[in-house]
Amino acid sequence: MTSFVELWTYLSATPLFGLTVTVAVYCAAHAAYVQVNQAPWANPVMWTVVALAALLTLSGTPYPAYFSGAQFIHFLLGPAVVALAWPLWQRRAALRRHAGPLLWAALAGGAVACASAVVLGWALGLPREVLMSLAPKSVTAPVAMGIAEAIDGIPALAAVFAVLTGMIGALSGRYLFDALRIPSMAARGFALGTASHGIGAARAMQVHPDAGAYAGLALGLQAVMAAVLIPFILRWL
Amino acid sequence: METLRGFTVLLLCQSAGELLARGLALRLPGPVIGLLLLSAGLMWPPLRAPVQAAAEALLTHLSLLFVPVGVGVIAHLQLVAQFGWQMLVVLVLSTWAGLAVTAWLLRRRLAQEAA
Repeated sequence: MTSFVELWTYLSATPLFGLTVTVAVYCAAHAAYVQVNQAPWANPVMWTVVALAALLTLSGTPYPAYFSGAQFIHFLLGPAVVALAWPLWQRRAALRRHAGPLLWAALAGGAVACASAVVLGWALGLPREVLMSLAPKSVTAPVAMGIAEAIDGIPALAAVFAVLTGMIGALSGRYLFDALRIPSMAARGFALGTASHGIGAARAMQVHPDAGAYAGLALGLQAVMAAVLIPFILRWL
Repeated sequence: METLRGFTVLLLCQSAGELLARGLALRLPGPVIGLLLLSAGLMWPPLRAPVQAAAEALLTHLSLLFVPVGVGVIAHLQLVAQFGWQMLVVLVLSTWAGLAVTAWLLRRRLAQEAA
């Protein structure tokens, strides 16, 4: 038994561990998600995060040891943000045709999500650095971390809030849109990209190509607008 | 090879973005500047096919990329224990508000779009 513990100690300290468990657990979670017809509650990101958090906590593996391997996946978020130029380019005709309404909806939706989070959090007595980490929550995680840093939030916490926001949108979006009687897949996708960034957009892409395209468009717009506007506005508060 | 060439373009745009952000002390994250640079760059047709291949490869598995950061919640369990329910209420309600406002504003304009 000692040898097993020794082997585990060795393996869990190498970068290979973090990388392997991340990809392996995600693949399993995704397979399960497909198995249940992509039901929102089976969201693969959520279950992968839950499973890995439990695994690390139970095995006593510190987060930095895990991240030394997982950083190789994390690093790809940067190029992925740049890659959002592609869906923007693909939908440039729609963007030009509906430029006014789309920009207005992206601005209003992003502003409502940000302001309601900060005001509600303040009303519930959350400390300032938590509020500043909540502000960029509807923006894709790498950009949210950059914004949080610029406004004295906690980048790591901002990233967690962003991921949770994405999961909430991906999980509940369908029910919310049904309740509001919004059948348009384009409008649903654009809303998911605006308020739940990459995770909402990933969900939209799986559900409907129209929804996915508009979600990608909204995701890119939100990253640019929030990165410019949130630090600018919050500096005056 | 196309995918790899596209990936090179993405990394070059990101690097240029990081350099511009540092050099000009812009308060924009480097990847966002990279996104803007690439949007302009796509006017040049030879870039399109490689960028499409790399972008589709990356964006198809976009949700996987959020896992490492999401697991970071275990490094903040103290804050979660102290303010867990407040944070959850804030996140859920503000996300619904953002989703509802955006979709509501577009419900008519994009209705004919969905075919």
